[in-house]
Formats: sequence, C-alpha cells, structure tokens
Amino acid sequence: MADLSVTAGAMTGPRGQKPKRALSPTNIMLYGTLIVIAVYYLIPLYVMVVTSLKGMPEIRMGNIFSPPMEITFQPWVKAWSEACTGINCDGLSRGFMNSVYITVPSVIISIAIASVNGYALANWKFKGSEAFFTILILGAFIPFQVMIYPIAILLGSVGLFGSLTGLVLVHTIFGMPILTLLFRNYFSSMPEELFKAARVDGAGFWSIYFRIMLPMSMPIFVVAVILQVTGIWNDFLFGVIYSSNELYPMTVQLNNIVNSVQGVKEYNVNMAATLLTGLVPLIIYFISGKLFVRGIAAGAVKG
Amino acid sequence: MSVTDRENTAGALVREPVARRPSRLFRNMSGKIASIPMVFTTLVIFVGCTLWTVLYSFTGSGMLPRLNFVGLDQYERLWGSARWMNAIENLAIFGVLSLVFTIVIGFFLATLLDRKVRGEDAFRTIFLYPFALSFIVTGLVWQWILNPDFGVQQVLRDLGWESFAFNPLHDAEIVLYGLLIAGLWQGTGLIMCIMLAGLRGIDEDIWKAARVDGIATWKTYVVIIIPMMKPVFVTALVLIASGIIKVYDLVIAQTSGGPGLASDMPAIYVMQQLFGAQNLGQGFAASTMMLVSVVIILIPWAYLEFGGKKRG
Repeated sequence: MADLSVTAGAMTGPRGQKPKRALSPTNIMLYGTLIVIAVYYLIPLYVMVVTSLKGMPEIRMGNIFSPPMEITFQPWVKAWSEACTGINCDGLSRGFMNSVYITVPSVIISIAIASVNGYALANWKFKGSEAFFTILILGAFIPFQVMIYPIAILLGSVGLFGSLTGLVLVHTIFGMPILTLLFRNYFSSMPEELFKAARVDGAGFWSIYFRIMLPMSMPIFVVAVILQVTGIWNDFLFGVIYSSNELYPMTVQLNNIVNSVQGVKEYNVNMAATLLTGLVPLIIYFISGKLFVRGIAAGAVKG
Repeated sequence: MSVTDRENTAGALVREPVARRPSRLFRNMSGKIASIPMVFTTLVIFVGCTLWTVLYSFTGSGMLPRLNFVGLDQYERLWGSARWMNAIENLAIFGVLSLVFTIVIGFFLATLLDRKVRGEDAFRTIFLYPFALSFIVTGLVWQWILNPDFGVQQVLRDLGWESFAFNPLHDAEIVLYGLLIAGLWQGTGLIMCIMLAGLRGIDEDIWKAARVDGIATWKTYVVIIIPMMKPVFVTALVLIASGIIKVYDLVIAQTSGGPGLASDMPAIYVMQQLFGAQNLGQGFAASTMMLVSVVIILIPWAYLEFGGKKRG
C-alpha cells in the first residue's frame, strides 16, 4: 500500500526520480483488478452476441459462454422480420420503425424548444423566469407514475391518446428539464460581452440566437442529441402507456417478444432481438465517446 | 396587469408628446414567448398534473376518475394492503442494497481509474457502456444469463460443482439479488463517472501534503478525500435514490414482478392499479406516496445544496 502512494507521487511530484518499474506488484494488482472487472462488464454483451449466433440445438447442449461452433444468422433474420408478438408476426422491424418515427421528431422538437428556452433563460431573463426554471428542474424528480394518468386524460381530450404524435409530445415535455438546464448553463457560460455587442449593433432576440448563439454552440447540440436519442430510444414506460399495439416502440415490442408465455422459447432469437434493440444506443455511445460522458455529467450534476 | 393599465391611462391623460413606455407585460416579449413551453410544462404538467393526482387520491375513483371524496380511505386501504407492504419491503431491500453497492463500487472504480492508469478511456468506455442500454435490454440479458437451465447455474454445475444453486429468477428468497446484479451492472458506470469527476477536482497539493505526512494511499482516501467529496456523494445519493423509487422497466423485463409477488415494486403496483385493476383511487394514492418519498429525499439535498450556497 505504501508502494501505491509512492508511484502516485512519482507522477505528481518533482520530475527526475528513478523511473518506476512497469511490473511492480502494485501495478499488477491495479491492472489485474481493472481487467477482471472489465471482463465482468463485457460478459453480458459477449453472451448476447454468441447466443444470437447459435442454433437452438447448440444452445440446448452447450453453455452460454462458449463461442458458437457453427455461426448462423438465422436468429437475426427471424428476430427482425418474423418474431411474433401476439397475433402479429412481422418481427422487430415494425418496432424499429415506430421507434424511429417517435425518436426523430421528439429529438428535433425537444431540442429546438429547449435551446431557445435555455437561451431566453440565460440572456433574456424576465420576472419569474428563474422561478419557473426551478420548478422545471424539481419537476424532473417527480416520479412519472404521478403524472401518467392526468396526461393520458389531457392527450385523450385533444384526440392524441394512443398516437405517435401524443407520444412525441410526451417525450418533448419530459425532455424539457434536462435539456433546458443543459442549454441554459451553456449559454450562461458564454462571455456576456458577445451578447451585449450584438445588442448594441441592433440585433434582436432571434437574430442573436440564430447568428451568434447557434453557430457557437454546436458541441452542446451534439451532446443534447446524444442524450435525447438514447433516452427516448430506451424509453419503455411512456411507450407502453401512450401508444397502442400497432405503434409500440422497439423496447415494448422486444419485451413482448421475449416475455411472451406462449410457444417454445427461442433464446437465440430473443438475444438477437435484444441486441438489435440495444444496437442504436450502443453505436451512438461508442461513436460519441467523451460527448456522451459530458451529456450525462451535465445531467447528473444537478438533475 | 393593473399596474401597467394605470401607467397607460396616466400617459393618456397627461398627453405628453414623448413616446409612451411600452407596457411592462410586453417588454422582452420574445423571451416570454420562447418560455411558453417551459411555463406550460411546469404549470400544466409538473404542477397541474401532480396536484390533480394528489387531489384524486382522496376520492373513491374506480374505473373513471370521480370527485367523490372519501378522505384518507385510499391511504388506509393502501397501507393495509399486504401487496403494497410487500412492494415497499422489496423496494427497501433492493433500494438500500443498490444504494450502498452502487456508491461503493462506483467510488472504487473511480479510484482505480484515478491512479493514472494507461488506457483509462478504454476502461471507462467499458464500465459505462451498460448505461447506454435500456433497462429492458439489461433485464432481458441478465434474465438469460441467470437462466437456471442454461445460464450461470448450469455452467458451474457442468464444470463439476454439482450442488451449486443460484436461481434468483425462480427463487423468491433471492430474486431481489438477481435484480441487484443487473441494476448494478447498468448503473455503476454513471456513478463512477461522477466520482471520477469529483476526484479530478481535488487539488494535487492535497495529495502532496498527504504524501509528505506519510499517510498511506487508502488512508488518504478514507480520511481526507472522501470527506472533501461530500457534495459529490450527496449528488450521487440523490441521483440513485430518486432512480430507485421509480424502478419499473428493469423488473418488468427481468422477472415481471415474480416469482409470485417476490419482486413486486411500488411503481408496478401503481401501474397495475391504474391500468390493470381499474382501481384509480388506489393508483393515485400509491403514486402520491412515491412522490412523498422523492420529496423526503430531495428536501435534505436541496437544503444542503442551496442552504450551503447562501453561507458561502
């Protein structure tokens, strides 16, 4: 343990100390622990992949960790286009398309609204704007179950209950707190002189937003898109309540496929379906890297 | 409104040739228009819908919401219901365990990465990727891994450990641990990231001073670093706790609340009462209790967060 502090010190302290051994006991322990834990975190992903590539006979024989002896893509095809939920047997592709139809407009609308809103809160404060903002942030903590029923009534009264439009609306509303926070904090951190100079030059609310704020804040828009796409794609609760059988998003359909009681369980198809559903957020995650971390950190600090 | 009206009439009476000051209501009009969605969300959804649910939790609504007030009847029924008490108990066990383990594991991983390891980005990416997945995907994967006939249990038996038994999905005694394993896998990465950010915020001089004093590394963490990171821990606690109260998707995917009601949760109870049993009043009362528990968590946090700022 004393060793550990010395190695730490060697990196922070004065230079020119004798170089530390790469294979010191501490390092072996440190990297050993990290690698073991990393393997543990990767196992589920690995199991998903190998299971989805096996045939059912092989699954019944072997163990879930063994790599497939004979790779087959049949489960993927079946999960995508043939798996059954109730009477529908057109696979996950329908849920995928629904999720796309839900996610794309929700992301665009919620970000458009929240960014303008955050900009107004940062640069165009009015009496009471901070109070509303505080309620908005606190509202993010209210369990959804509390608001689900009255929202269903509201949606029903305007004829949007059970439609994709209604679901998009719900996602837009519940994306407001975190996105507004994200944009407000970002715009507040911009130098105020910029805003004042534009005001002096006669620019108004919208021209400052479109000509100055928007071009300067592309990174935060990317963060917001990542946050929203993963969040909305992964949603289950709103999907199951505010949409109907034909319009279920992918997560709901996936759960119905895997947890349906009738029929023989096809574990390989189930895992292929699970992997397919997880693929969109996973791809976004692995591509976006640090921006994803930045998004959740922004959400976590006060949200 | 009345103030602006008076200003206007006063201006009209005096008939000064100077331009009239624009009404206060219309000043910064664009800013106000841009805030309409926020005002709508806060007033109609967050405040309005919440109050609506709280109000109707005092009624005897059954199939449809009706305003026939019955006082605290719904709450008495709720707390007298064995199923609700069971759900609360499950949530308490699951909640305390995941709170403790998420914090401990998250902090432990953060300290490991904070040792300036090579490939930090790779490790962080691996620890955090489950967080990108939905609870449904998480629940289904772990349902498969914990499958008694093909999963971990069978694999260990095939390896020669014949008596090994770990079947959380069908054993009411340990089903909560099955959920815990999946929940921790999904959520610890986030806490690790928050903790790591906190660790990085600590002045290097603290470490140097501790080293000069000859304090062992682990002791520096326990005695110096953790107390310094109190705000980070509090934030993490609030974040985890408010997430736990809402736990729903994970349970639905992994066990559907079973076996029996062994992994039933308050959120499932609410959904069941609202949309399954057509017992709206009960659902409203139960969801109000969920709200109350979130408020109980939030108040000390808000006090720490905002009360502390005033002093500083």
